[in-house]
Amino acid sequence: MNEMSPPKSERSAALKGLGTARKRVEDVRFTQGKGNYVDDIQQPGMLFGDFVRSPYAHARVKSINAEAALALPGVVAVLTAKDLEPLSLHWMPTLAGDKQMVLADGKVLFQGQEVAFVVAEDRYIAADAVELVEVDYEELPVLVDPFKAELPDAPILREDIADDLEGAHGPRRHPNHIFTWEQGDKAATEAVIAEAPVVAEEMVYYHRTHPCPLETCGCVASMDKVNGKLTVWGTFQAPHVVRTVASLLSGIAEHNIRIISPDIGGGFGNKVGVYPGYVCSIVASIVTGKPVKWIEDRMENLMSTAFARDYWMKGKIAATSDGRITGLWCHTTADHGAFDACADPTKFPAGFMNICTGSYDIPTAYLAVDGIYTNKAPGGVAYRCSFRVTEAAYFIERMIEVLAIKLGMDAAELRAKNFIRKDQFPYHSALGWEYDSGDYHTAWDKALKAVDYDGLRREQAERLEAFKRGETRKLMGIGLTHFTEIVGAGPVKNCDILGMGMFDSCEIRIHPTGSAIARLGTISQGQGHATTFAQILATETGIPADDITIEEGDTDTAPYGLGTYGSRSTPVAGAATALAGRKIRAKAQMIAAYLLEVHDNDVEWDVDRFAVKGAPERFKTMKEIAYAAYNQAIPGVEPGLEAVSYYDPPNMTYPFGAYICVLDIDVDTGETVVRQFYALDDCGTRINPMIIEGQVHGGLTEALAIAMGQEIAYDEIGNVKTATLMDFFLPTAWETPHYTTDYTETPSPHHPIGAKGVGESPNVGGVPCFSNAVNDAFRAFGLTHTQMPHDHWRIWKTANDLGLHA
Amino acid sequence: MIPGAFEYHRPESVDAAVKLLAELGEDSRVIAGGHSLIPMMKLRMADMSHLIDLQKIGDLKGIRVDGGTVTIGAMTTQHELIENAALQDAAPIMREAALQIADPQVRYVGTIGGNVANGDPGNDMPGLMQCLDATFTLVGPDGERQVAARDFYEAAYFTARTDEEILTAISFTAPKGGYAYEKQKRKIGDYATAAAAVLLSKDGDRCSAASIAMTNLSDTPVYSADAGAALTGSPLDDQAIKTAVAAALNDIEPAEDNRGPVAFKIHVAGVILRRAIERAWSRA
Repeated sequence: MNEMSPPKSERSAALKGLGTARKRVEDVRFTQGKGNYVDDIQQPGMLFGDFVRSPYAHARVKSINAEAALALPGVVAVLTAKDLEPLSLHWMPTLAGDKQMVLADGKVLFQGQEVAFVVAEDRYIAADAVELVEVDYEELPVLVDPFKAELPDAPILREDIADDLEGAHGPRRHPNHIFTWEQGDKAATEAVIAEAPVVAEEMVYYHRTHPCPLETCGCVASMDKVNGKLTVWGTFQAPHVVRTVASLLSGIAEHNIRIISPDIGGGFGNKVGVYPGYVCSIVASIVTGKPVKWIEDRMENLMSTAFARDYWMKGKIAATSDGRITGLWCHTTADHGAFDACADPTKFPAGFMNICTGSYDIPTAYLAVDGIYTNKAPGGVAYRCSFRVTEAAYFIERMIEVLAIKLGMDAAELRAKNFIRKDQFPYHSALGWEYDSGDYHTAWDKALKAVDYDGLRREQAERLEAFKRGETRKLMGIGLTHFTEIVGAGPVKNCDILGMGMFDSCEIRIHPTGSAIARLGTISQGQGHATTFAQILATETGIPADDITIEEGDTDTAPYGLGTYGSRSTPVAGAATALAGRKIRAKAQMIAAYLLEVHDNDVEWDVDRFAVKGAPERFKTMKEIAYAAYNQAIPGVEPGLEAVSYYDPPNMTYPFGAYICVLDIDVDTGETVVRQFYALDDCGTRINPMIIEGQVHGGLTEALAIAMGQEIAYDEIGNVKTATLMDFFLPTAWETPHYTTDYTETPSPHHPIGAKGVGESPNVGGVPCFSNAVNDAFRAFGLTHTQMPHDHWRIWKTANDLGLHA
Repeated sequence: MIPGAFEYHRPESVDAAVKLLAELGEDSRVIAGGHSLIPMMKLRMADMSHLIDLQKIGDLKGIRVDGGTVTIGAMTTQHELIENAALQDAAPIMREAALQIADPQVRYVGTIGGNVANGDPGNDMPGLMQCLDATFTLVGPDGERQVAARDFYEAAYFTARTDEEILTAISFTAPKGGYAYEKQKRKIGDYATAAAAVLLSKDGDRCSAASIAMTNLSDTPVYSADAGAALTGSPLDDQAIKTAVAAALNDIEPAEDNRGPVAFKIHVAGVILRRAIERAWSRA
């Protein structure tokens, strides 16, 4: 029997498992317009909710008059904080231990804040009714500058907690102060800096921006009063956590709540938290007994949902005179807006900002972060990065450049001199992390060679001379970055969200005919989970990826998980998937041995089958084993072939990369052209090279946006100046440069398949790389640092301040 | 982003449209491509009870080049301007400018009539029309009249067109010589940080005629007669360009916005204008 079976390599290729550039199975429906997003969901009798929002950044709400709105035919209800108060839902807890108004309770604290929720028969009537709600405001002084928050004349923003001296993360020294988070050894670091022969200092601002997913946030809430079950479809990056929160807040038993994340059009951290729109829709559905839909428009999304960054990072970096770094000091002022609604693991109020020693062996370090309230929208989410990791990477990669200038040293050489060496892994950083694996020197050398770094520097020098001779008005900048990420939150012992440990899960059912379905606790928002998780399982179980359905996002069917953000799906749920696959295989081994009439230990795994050791012609394929699991009694083995795995990672994973950007700057107009971008990523084991390349392209393009123009800007009275896509920069194909991708592969030693995650690396590494290139172009004229975003006028101003227009 | 309720009208002739406009009064507006008006309505900054859509009026469409005169119907789209071979022969600056407006999706729908009639200082065509010394045809209850583009713009969104009138066509004499439309913008789809339209004629080694206008650097387009005069008769040397640029900068009054502060805009305006002059001269 079985003599004609194809060779191992063919059988392996047929699985489309790990390492295969398999086309995304999701794209068949997305490219044909057959996706099913939350706004595609229709329910009989569905109502539509819309918000009355504050035009002011800080004002007392003296009265709300909804009479005219309620008189409009088709208007069903107008909810205000007074209506939510009896349910204790006028405020809600944030993920960061603070609380946030659902609807304005006596005052508003940022422009665009939710004041009243209008419910009507359709969205057109709702929009008309919003105009008819009369709100009487009394304007209050506005605080937009976090450095003025603790001045004697600063307005007190959060009167609800003004007298609380203790916050969720320790003592508060002022009503506008949220927390101080300290890591590392302050005294030792300050001593190192005091005695160091070379110290470079800089204030590095990572400006406020916004994840701006193409699909805005929204939901449909439906309370079935007959069976008592609440169903909510919504833009949720963490559906199970939403279910638990909804149960705790509403008092509805958790088994009577079903949260469904349908297709999601991008999240990038914007869809992790709970928004007032979700709460109001649920309440409105309970009150009216009808399904209620709420969908934001673009301006509402940019003005009121979770922003990202806004970190003022003051740094000092100490070194020996030959460039050995001896210490790093950082004090960050974090502008959190009106409520602390960061989506960080509970014990990390500044996320993993303490990865700010980066790729370098820095023996002594200290970090302090002060969280501050201002009259801006709440948020502080991880926009295509692990928690505050892009801030940390930007900080250290700018400080390295500033130090290189101070030392008069080449920045590539300075990096290489200070990298953590391959033999130092697992590496314990001064700020408390254990880096799992890395080979930075190999990646760095490969990158420098790929771009002919020395040749680029020669060309740059020639260009500079030509510029000085008046032959060109364009300067050339070379941006370098070597970043180290920390992703895959995370170990339950120190990572939780609202008390929920940050494990993740996978449940697999093998069908009798040898195909399968797997369900996970994560939820794809474009990452391609249906493609890649099937590939992990194909390799683990020998079932072709094309025969495996991946399903996520329905809390009634999927196992509990913490969701998708912070590049955690592959490190955590991917590990659960591999381990669940191994459980399938372990049971399959027993069945195969029985069928082959040998002892369990006398069969061995061979791609898609178990074969008798030493007799490879005697085997049972996984397909045969699956059938046997359902059609015959096997002594000592339960029928069926299913497995579930909950994975608590022993550590984070630490992807890294080496990026190099070359750009030309027109000093007269401030325009830039990126003419070369080389991105080497090491994400450990590579599951699908095509998806990795797509992720890198997307992340780099978001990095380009952030570095070169994208921002949420406020004027001095708290008006949002960038609330439309005219002013908020989203690059199109036209603005997007060509990228060259490359890789090294250093598996994670603790992950079952060695994978580390990649979705966010390009944003973490890309932003400092673009910014370093801009700064580098002006280095010869004495510039040490200029703040992002590097849009035309700011670059022009840099050139102007350096006297280049004289 | 949902506008207030409005009645929609779709007349089939200019006369019918003018009549509707007169009947419905100040709560009515004509709509061409809608790329300025509809966003304003969605933001509820414009609240119209009646929209009079001009797209069913065949007489308002089309490009005619007759002898040395170019006539373009108000409802001609930017895309049609780009694709028209006769227009490309007669006035290649039109294509060069139209290609820098917004993006292809907008250009399929946005019209030249809407672009020039709305009075938005960010629009590219008004400055170009002033550079070309174009004439706008307006039709109202009292019949038809012509207004020079250089006399049309009064302030942002205020023009010589009365509320009862419809801008039906633009016409201009096909320009001779070199041309350039130079525009700096932050990204595709953006209004100009600064833009300049330049037409130059050459006689021997000297510039025999020059016309210069600029976009989004004041609350109206800026036709700078002084800048043109500085070039006319000159050998178009560095000194002449400097004088022309200085004259143009004297005529603009940019406002600070998200594109940058005033000093930046003035500087960029000078750079862009110089580039436009140099490119136009290279083609003259």
